[in-house]
Amino acid sequence: MTEWIDIGSLDDVPVRGSRVIRSAIGCVAVFRTAADEVFALEDRCPHKGGPLSDGIVHGRSVTCPLHNMVISLETGLAQGADEGEVKTFKVRVEGGRLLVDRSLARRVEAA
Amino acid sequence: MRRKLVVIGAGMASGRVLEDLIGADRDAYEITLFGAEPRGNYNRIMLSPVLSGEKTYEEIVTHDGDWYANNRVVCRFGEKVETIDRSRKVVVTDNGETPYDKLLIATGSQPFIIPIPGKDLDGVLSYRDLDDVNAMLMAAERPGAKAVVIGGGLLGLEAAAGLKARGMEVTVLHLMPTLMERQLDPAAGYLLQKALEGRDIAVHCKANTHEIVGTDRVEAVRLDDGTEIPADIVVMAVGIRPDKTLAEAAGLAVGRGVHVDDAMVTSDADILAVGECVEHRDMCYGLVAPLYDMAKVAARTLLGEAAAYEGSVTSTKLKVTGIDLFSAGDFADRDGREEIVFRDATRGVYKRLVLEDNRIVGIVMYGDTADGTWFFGQLKDGSDISEMRDTLIFGPAYAGGSPLDPMAAVAALPDEAEICGCNGICKSRIVTAISGGATSLDAVRAETKASSSCGTCTGLVEQLLAVTLGDSYEQQAARPVCGCTDLTHEDVRRLIKARALKSMPAVMQECGWKTSCGCHVCRPALNYYLLSDWPGEYVDDPQSRFVNERNHANIQKDGTFSVVPRMWGGITNPRELRAIADAAERYGVPTVKVTGGQRIDLLGVRKEDLPAIWADLNDAGLVSGHAYAKGLRTVKTCVGTDHCRFGTQDSTGLGIAIEKRMWGAWTPHKVKMAVSGCPRNCAESTCKDVGVICVDSGFEIGVAGAAGMDLKETEPLTKAATEAETLEIICAFVQLYRENAKYLDRPYKWVAKVGLDWVRERVVEDLESRAALVARFDFSQQVFQHDPWAERARAEPARQFRPLADLTMEAAE
Ligand code: SRM
Ligand SMILES: Cc1cc2nc3c(=O)[nH]c(=O)nc-3n(C[C@H](O)[C@H](O)[C@H](O)COP(=O)(O)OP(=O)(O)OC[C@H]3O[C@@H](n4cnc5c(N)ncnc54)[C@H](O)[C@@H]3O)c2cc1C
Ligand code: SF4
Ligand code: FES
Repeated sequence: MTEWIDIGSLDDVPVRGSRVIRSAIGCVAVFRTAADEVFALEDRCPHKGGPLSDGIVHGRSVTCPLHNMVISLETGLAQGADEGEVKTFKVRVEGGRLLVDRSLARRVEAA
Repeated sequence: MRRKLVVIGAGMASGRVLEDLIGADRDAYEITLFGAEPRGNYNRIMLSPVLSGEKTYEEIVTHDGDWYANNRVVCRFGEKVETIDRSRKVVVTDNGETPYDKLLIATGSQPFIIPIPGKDLDGVLSYRDLDDVNAMLMAAERPGAKAVVIGGGLLGLEAAAGLKARGMEVTVLHLMPTLMERQLDPAAGYLLQKALEGRDIAVHCKANTHEIVGTDRVEAVRLDDGTEIPADIVVMAVGIRPDKTLAEAAGLAVGRGVHVDDAMVTSDADILAVGECVEHRDMCYGLVAPLYDMAKVAARTLLGEAAAYEGSVTSTKLKVTGIDLFSAGDFADRDGREEIVFRDATRGVYKRLVLEDNRIVGIVMYGDTADGTWFFGQLKDGSDISEMRDTLIFGPAYAGGSPLDPMAAVAALPDEAEICGCNGICKSRIVTAISGGATSLDAVRAETKASSSCGTCTGLVEQLLAVTLGDSYEQQAARPVCGCTDLTHEDVRRLIKARALKSMPAVMQECGWKTSCGCHVCRPALNYYLLSDWPGEYVDDPQSRFVNERNHANIQKDGTFSVVPRMWGGITNPRELRAIADAAERYGVPTVKVTGGQRIDLLGVRKEDLPAIWADLNDAGLVSGHAYAKGLRTVKTCVGTDHCRFGTQDSTGLGIAIEKRMWGAWTPHKVKMAVSGCPRNCAESTCKDVGVICVDSGFEIGVAGAAGMDLKETEPLTKAATEAETLEIICAFVQLYRENAKYLDRPYKWVAKVGLDWVRERVVEDLESRAALVARFDFSQQVFQHDPWAERARAEPARQFRPLADLTMEAAE
């Protein structure tokens, strides 16, 4: 079962915007859509590593700030003719608080 | 002996349980009904028509004294149940104990009161029961009385409309950017706001209430931004909380509400609960339809029959006469979802269906909701709509009607809407000319002068030809802004002005946008147009700006940023240089470079360090150089008469004066300028957007040069005698460019479209026009000329640049 960890208030993330969290596996971007839904994705564009958290959020997509690749917030897949995929993570809102999967806080020892 | 049923709460949910129960078996129970309100059950949702005067209280009573008597229900109205003693199976009131075999909790919910100073003052009301309505009616009796309604949801707006109908002056304060945001998308929210404002109800969105002011009773409401709105009453309608107090004190399982299973039984087998006070499968409801479903099940459970409630899909309507809206389901965008949007700007209609796997999952409708129930039926049934997808939006009655009309926005323009701004020609004038035989663009131009000057309204004139002449007119294909619309940039700009559209949802609705909230191509353009046309009224939307303008720095390929402080006219001094050097060291800036624009670039700054480095630079008097902006970049200068043996004028001084007047102004694309002290042109003035060459007799002003992807020499605009005149002409030129150019057209591209003569007439020859342009420029500078760095170096906005959380610290614990 997922163990959740509180990372802050939903209101800290602008509507149609994003904030970054530093995690054990690198930077993760938490997005908030116009409909107040939240998504968490690795903050690295599959094209050339652009910070997706700085892109324009529209519908359930974000446009990468570097070269305009459009990424689905839901699946992490590049849209249209582009190819590529970004890792997605579990995030949810409860009582106005943002919760993510606790495993993001655990350092995974290299095998 | 009949078993004893005690019911707590004489509201809509328990009322329906009693009807179902008694209807099925009149003798099953001996029923005692407690109600805290001093009256029996009435149709609570009809309080709004009572408030507005469209109904009387008597008309909304659902169960009167006769009904209770005939059905042998013992009524204990005005008597509140204080506790439930589960071990002895009794409920306790001030009048003593009442035993039960079965207990039904139906306590509804409590209005939520925001915990702000003044919330307990006299005149602060909630909107829940008849007493609240009576208190509002009393306040409305005084002529000129003012009401402030906090909360722009269903309840708040019904209260507002009702109070207005009773003659009060009404203001609605809503925290979110659009009204009823949980039921409506921004497009529908915009139409709703427009309709309310049309009834003279003031609506403030994004309004955060700070405190309610008053000594004994309410006098005013103060917002976070200091605004004070006078009020005789304040109605708080910001939400409801399930009333679970009794159940919780009795030790029943509760969450947000009283926990029940599918049979509506709580964690105690002899206690049932229904209505707004329950939580069922993680859901709490605030509408009656689900409560009725629950009631049916509760009645059968009480009769010992097996029945299960499985949750409800709800739909919302607003009960304000003359305002039609409908919403249901989940209408958020999502992968694999498609939307069908229909907008009719003439009639103020907006309909949006959200589809997933060929099924309707969300509905938002405004203006024409006749088909709402039919769509809702399709949604609940999960019907496959692929067969009728093309005509679905027209509803069940569709019988070969016309397809979506790309010209609807133009057809919808009122007769007096100005189409050609240059010549002041309105729609009716053009339509009359077309009807009178001017059936080509040239003929319209000859007859009316419309589109004969700068030509940016050509698209609209052509659309009018097409609308008026129908199929017989063949329009040239123009490039629309993006896939969200069929209109060109020029058309949209013109419509924004002609119809005074002042918000993004307004533009999208009135121009018939095909998507509900735009995309990364149209949103930055619309944000610019609105900002430029309505300075002081439109509020900038950072989320519709590209990364650099949102972060006030240029993003680098590795996600770091560059920082370029302004150096007025390329002049600096040891103090500034020292501050730049210190900042470079303190923040470990990897590259310090002199730019092609006569200033210094600090490259490779981490995003979270931006506010701090800005604060340090601010301390030395350095402000943002807007090296990231569609706005004024640099004014390059040469040394001029200050030092140079050939200098004819103070080119450095003029360059600095221009930069000080111009900085901070948003423009369709970036704007670069230069001032050279003599025709040797050391500041490269002849390839700038605006370039000045000083000569003995004054200043030669050239415009529309380019040295980027295209290379082009400036064209001479005019010659001015004094510095002051030069400045005025440049301001007027930039303002004309701001007001008319297409987003992302540099001045040279725009001038090529409208012609230099057209520009010269307005900026140089017509002095009245020049003065007006300068006045508008200066007004907008009052709004926009402030250092964005200084604003964001402060604690609160600065937080946005830092990570929300650092979980790597968590791991170390
Ligand atoms: C820093 C600088 C280069 C330098 O090291 O000197 C520079 C850097 C960039 N230029 Fe430039 N331009 C710089 C002077 C110029 C000049 C020369 C000048 O201003 O005198 C030109 C030619 C004149 C002109 O503007 O047309 C120039 C023409 C461009 C263009 C092409 C514009 C065009 O309309 O053709 C772009 C692309 C754009 O703006 O769309 C561009 C875009 C860019 C961007 C912002 C690219 C981007 O979007 O990320 C570069 C940011 C680099 C970074 O990571 O910070 N840069 N760029 C110069 C900053 C000047 C300043 O102090 O503000
Ligand atoms: C102005 C207004 C407009 C509305 N419009 C709509 C609409 O258009 N559509 C829609 O679907 N819904 C609407 N609603 C919501 C709808 O009225 C409620 O969902 C419904 O009334 C809830 O029914 P209920 O029986 O759970 O609670 P209620 O009807 O609130 O009944 C609960 C009763 O329990 C009593 N009570 C509480 N505690 C005790 C106690 N300890 N002892 C004794 N009695 C107690 C309360 O006094 C109250 O009378 C509206 C509500 C309001 C206020
Ligand atoms: S010329 Fe300008 S845009 Fe091109 S690499 Fe150099 S700085 Fe970047
Ligand atoms: S890095 Fe994202 S599009 Fe190039």
